[in-house]
Amino acid sequence: MAAVKETVDQVKQIDVDQYKYGFVTDIESEKAPLGLNEDVIRFISAKKHEPEWMLEWRLDAYRRWLTMEEPTWAKLDYPKPKFNEIYYYSAPKVAEGPKSLDEVDPELLKTYAKLGIPLQEQEILAGVTEENRQYSKVAVDAVFDSVSVATTFKEELKKAGVIFCSISEAIREHPELVKKYLASVVPVSDNFYATLNSAVFTDGSFVYVPEGVRCPMELSTYFRINEQNTGQFERTLIIADKGSYVSYLEGCTAPQRDENQLHAAVVELIALEDAEIKYSTVQNWYPGDSEGKGGIYNFVTKRGDCREKNAKISWTQVETGSAITWKYPSCILRGDNSTGEFYSIAISNGYQQIDSGTKMIHLGKNTSSRIISKGISAGRSNNTYRGLVSAHKKAANARNFTQCDSLLIGDQCGAHTVPYVESKSASAIFEHEATTSKISDDQMFYCQARGIGEEEAVALIVNGFVKDVIQQLPMEFAVEAQKLINISLEGSVG
Amino acid sequence: MLEIKNLHAEVEGNKILRGINLTINPGEIHAIMGPNGSGKSTLSYVLAGKEDYEITEGEILFNGENVLEMEIDERAAAGLFLAMQYPIEIPGVANMTFLKTALNAQRVARGEGELKTPDFMKKVKELSAKLNVTQEMLRRPLNVGFSGGEKKRNEILQMALLEPKLCILDETDSGLDIDALRIVSEGVNALKSPERSMLVITHYQRLLNYIVPDVVHVMYKGQIVKTGDKSLALELEEKGYAEFTGEVAA
Ligand SMILES: Nc1ncnc2c1ncn2[C@@H]1O[C@H](COP(=O)(O)OP(=O)(O)OP(=O)(O)O)[C@@H](O)[C@H]1O
Ligand SMILES: [Mg+2]
Repeated sequence: MAAVKETVDQVKQIDVDQYKYGFVTDIESEKAPLGLNEDVIRFISAKKHEPEWMLEWRLDAYRRWLTMEEPTWAKLDYPKPKFNEIYYYSAPKVAEGPKSLDEVDPELLKTYAKLGIPLQEQEILAGVTEENRQYSKVAVDAVFDSVSVATTFKEELKKAGVIFCSISEAIREHPELVKKYLASVVPVSDNFYATLNSAVFTDGSFVYVPEGVRCPMELSTYFRINEQNTGQFERTLIIADKGSYVSYLEGCTAPQRDENQLHAAVVELIALEDAEIKYSTVQNWYPGDSEGKGGIYNFVTKRGDCREKNAKISWTQVETGSAITWKYPSCILRGDNSTGEFYSIAISNGYQQIDSGTKMIHLGKNTSSRIISKGISAGRSNNTYRGLVSAHKKAANARNFTQCDSLLIGDQCGAHTVPYVESKSASAIFEHEATTSKISDDQMFYCQARGIGEEEAVALIVNGFVKDVIQQLPMEFAVEAQKLINISLEGSVG
Repeated sequence: MLEIKNLHAEVEGNKILRGINLTINPGEIHAIMGPNGSGKSTLSYVLAGKEDYEITEGEILFNGENVLEMEIDERAAAGLFLAMQYPIEIPGVANMTFLKTALNAQRVARGEGELKTPDFMKKVKELSAKLNVTQEMLRRPLNVGFSGGEKKRNEILQMALLEPKLCILDETDSGLDIDALRIVSEGVNALKSPERSMLVITHYQRLLNYIVPDVVHVMYKGQIVKTGDKSLALELEEKGYAEFTGEVAA
């Protein structure tokens, strides 16, 4: 049997056992009544001790949402979520809002330790090899179901003037910033899921980096869905004021459950003049079992606004989890000379379906964008890149470079590329390159004939394929991402 | 070292090897010559374990072990190396990374433990200098965009680094310019030892001036039809294969 044929057979056996984050934390929780109505929204708002204006904002979003329909244009096939059979709020009973670390339930601390997320304020080990042993600080906001349970290094960040807290806290403590920027990038009625999120969002992170400040450490949020039948609707808002810089990482996992769970997040980034935001995601929600049962439905609206000149926003994502992924991190290049980047690795295996890509909207003069997308499909999965690059007529000298590569493992999976280009600027130059390749039997034979085992050979070839994107990740997470890639393809080899 | 007994192999029902018998003792250098399509590369692939071939009869023993029951990578770790006629390209994987992964995989399989990076680097530097493989070629993706001759030199670099017990060279000389032929041959000769055997497949007697064989075989239609000493190669150079094919050389 040829190596690749065998690979395909192994992919078929992809098993829940490989998802090592599939455990459930046994912790008492408090939930909103099942389903969605105005009272549930009032319940959430009250739980968060929100001011009246926020409640009104949510109710307004909810009423708009009732008039909207779920989008169907993506290349995704799934039973529509039953919105009235979901809990929209669930919180560990002990931790109502972020407290000092000593007060966090030990069960939660254990959970995060098991997930490899340090909630102690200590320096974490970044590289794994002896030669590049390097320590660096990472501040973490840990969101468990609907609430943020801990945020680390707050004091140290405060000294630098950086605000890093849960969005719930920001609504209470920094209403002027929240009012000014919330929904300024993703309007309340932007799309079905964003509107739903606006009505029911429960927690998420808030970051404000003041003028001229280079954030002294990486910031990260770690999302965990634990409760059954519970949706997670997080909201993240990051503002980089003039001349500032911040690098932010998001990670996520969920227990393995037979039913599908909904995750519908909204992330908004705002970069003002000369500011730069680097946003990295390692998405590893539970992908479902070998028959395609269970797994997270991931409907996410992520958008960055380079609002003033010379701003830069770059999205880097490593997508390995979720049963369904619907996600297009985008950049609005409004400021002159602003830059948008999108680096993506999307891996689908088993019965996973991914429809993901980006939008680069060139509005300002001399704006430039770069898209590097690497899709890897194995098993019976479907992996679609969907991208839009557009230039407004005022976007003189807009530049885009798109490189879109797909790698297929086996012949039961699909890779699709759907690029849209709209240019109203005569001086815009958009370039697009796309390739589709397969791991060939000859490549496998060659590696093995040099003593490299089958599994390691696939990992080697895949890592070569995604190298350009891995290089974009903060060093701390590149190693982790690489491991994750190997794990998610583990079923694909002997 | 290597014992091939009555080996028959076919591809998609086409019989390609039809009863090969070949014994190579430690330290010996054997050459195989023969017309195009006679099954030389097939023999080398079957030895390495390529899965396209069905072995219908016969056996292969490598240091007493049944090779046909071993996985491809196990054969490599046991010391079997094939320098291929057509080396494969792997985009994105740096040559250096590939070398390190291969060497360490073999070492781990043999229970020797991984080589420390500085030691590895030192070794690669030394060997690549001898084989005229530039630093740039080490950084580039494996074989991608390499010229024919560069690919062949790179194969020999791998061989020198992995220090196999049996080196199989499939037309390593084709595509090499005159200087490269000398450099590669020197590289191969540097590996000669009483414990290491070689099986050299070639069309040209010229290579055998550099790498001097103890035994020369002629392969035709999947069988070894004649065996002699190095003078057989000279004879073939002169007369061609007419004696075996029944055709008169042009
Ligand atoms: N995968 C395959 N499918 C069909 N026929 C094959 C396959 N592989 C080899 N053959 C055939 O087997 C025969 C032997 O091929 P092989 O490559 O071993 O010859 P060779 O002696 O190495 O020739 P050359 O000197 O040209 O390199 C040829 O006729 C070839 O076409
Ligand atoms: Mg050949």
